[in-house]
Amino acid sequence: MNLLSNIDTSLLVNTAYIAASILFIVGLKMLGSPDTARKGNLLSSTGMLLAVLVTLVDQSIIDYTWILVGLISGGIIGYIAATKVQMTSMPEMVAIFNGFGGIASLLVGSAEFVGTPVVNTALYFAIYLTVLIGGVTFTGSLLAYAKLAEIIGGRPILYKGQQIVNSLLLLMIAAVGVEMIFLQDLFNSYETLLILCGLAMLLGILFVIPIGGADMPVVIALLNSFSGLAACAAGFVITNNVLIVAGALVGASGLILTNIMCKAMNRSLTNVLFSGFGTVVKSASEGTVEQGEVKPINTADAYLILEAASSVLIVPGYGMAVAQAQHAVRELGELLEANGAEVKYAIHPVAGRMPGHMNVLLAEANVSYDVLVEPDDVNPIMETIDVCMVIGANDVVNPDAKDNENSPIYGMPIIEVDNSKTVFVLKRSMAAGFAGIQNPLFFKQNSRMLFGDAKETVSSLVAEFKG
Amino acid sequence: MEGQIILLLFILILSIFLGVELITKVPSTLHTPLMSGANAISGITLVGALLSSGSGEILTTILGTAAVFFATINVIGGYLVTNRMLSMFKKK
Repeated sequence: MNLLSNIDTSLLVNTAYIAASILFIVGLKMLGSPDTARKGNLLSSTGMLLAVLVTLVDQSIIDYTWILVGLISGGIIGYIAATKVQMTSMPEMVAIFNGFGGIASLLVGSAEFVGTPVVNTALYFAIYLTVLIGGVTFTGSLLAYAKLAEIIGGRPILYKGQQIVNSLLLLMIAAVGVEMIFLQDLFNSYETLLILCGLAMLLGILFVIPIGGADMPVVIALLNSFSGLAACAAGFVITNNVLIVAGALVGASGLILTNIMCKAMNRSLTNVLFSGFGTVVKSASEGTVEQGEVKPINTADAYLILEAASSVLIVPGYGMAVAQAQHAVRELGELLEANGAEVKYAIHPVAGRMPGHMNVLLAEANVSYDVLVEPDDVNPIMETIDVCMVIGANDVVNPDAKDNENSPIYGMPIIEVDNSKTVFVLKRSMAAGFAGIQNPLFFKQNSRMLFGDAKETVSSLVAEFKG
Repeated sequence: MEGQIILLLFILILSIFLGVELITKVPSTLHTPLMSGANAISGITLVGALLSSGSGEILTTILGTAAVFFATINVIGGYLVTNRMLSMFKKK
């Protein structure tokens, strides 16, 4: 590096950072269409490589040993995780990666804090935000991971005085902020930093704990946004443009997805975060009476109806992922098409545990993405559809959302399968769905229940077609 | 310092608007790859981590190396898994 003067290095580094920012922007833009998405991801990763490489020529780096240790060990774990993960487990994977982004930003902020002897209000404010957002993202994501991986129960955990505890915590975090940024006289700086880390992590836990498993798509999208904002705040700490641009892009993308998820459930973000959905639901559903008899059907009879159908709509939900039924479903879809039926897949925005979860599973099973449709596309033509097959979905096809004002999901846009000629519901048992609500769809005149494991049921339908 | 912060804020605001414009157009089919791809980008904090990890000061190096470790998992894992997912999206 001695050949280059300081100015030249700085110019080189900053030009490369601009190029990296452009690659991130173009990459994200190309992620907007299935045809270009893969190339977009490649461009974005090239931007990252460029940003990392030019950072490594920075003259303030004295020792490369530990950098290599971090890069190699992290790289190996990242590689293994990315290549081994099952597509059904993508929500857990994204959740925990969000958390890693958060803790990395927290550590960067902390490292700058302990490495900066001079008191600087603006810098301390940026460090405060980085550590706070990073800490919340970290523990919030770990908890979301634990809920999604079913290490802990998905039910919202509510307790008496929750609001008071949360308000007190926020007050303490604000007080630590005043101490850290303006006063610096109550504790020494390490103590202040440790207290802030602890409080931020506690806030992350308390923030996710009252949110039920069915609301996880919203939470993951929000934590995704936070991981970007933490990186953005870290950009202010080290006054680096590329962190600010990249972090802001991720922050904006996460917020938009959060908003889309909330709209798909007809709920406000405040409602999702603070209402403790599941418990309210329980008391509401206890009051409802049984709505009649369900009509079970066996696969042999179901086959006869499917064989005569000229249009079939498949509505997958999280149950399909749990049963790993996507490959069998695709095979059934192909047999139906060969039999002359038009087959489409209707995917609700909040089906599954994260935005777009069902689409990825069906793509994995080789279902072409142009036969995937959204509720708004199929609802107007629902009367013309001969058979709707609801596979492991429940709340997103619950007619109470349009008919029953007392239902907790009233107003949520649904896939109106009850308007089709025949509905097959593939279901393990009559237990309520993830949100814990009764579903009058099962008792409708045109509904037939196919009880059992979704994969086995679909496979035996496939066997009927082949045999 | 003050002028620099104003400039950084300026970049922040513009980037947020740009992000909103870019993402609003993404179809719901691609929401999962979008999230994991965006997640990989948030690993850009690695740039800051590298500088801390190589600083030579003991405490800063420890914190920085831990940050490099976590950010690298995020970057490598995020980009690879996004690529793996996108390679499965096919049209007839």
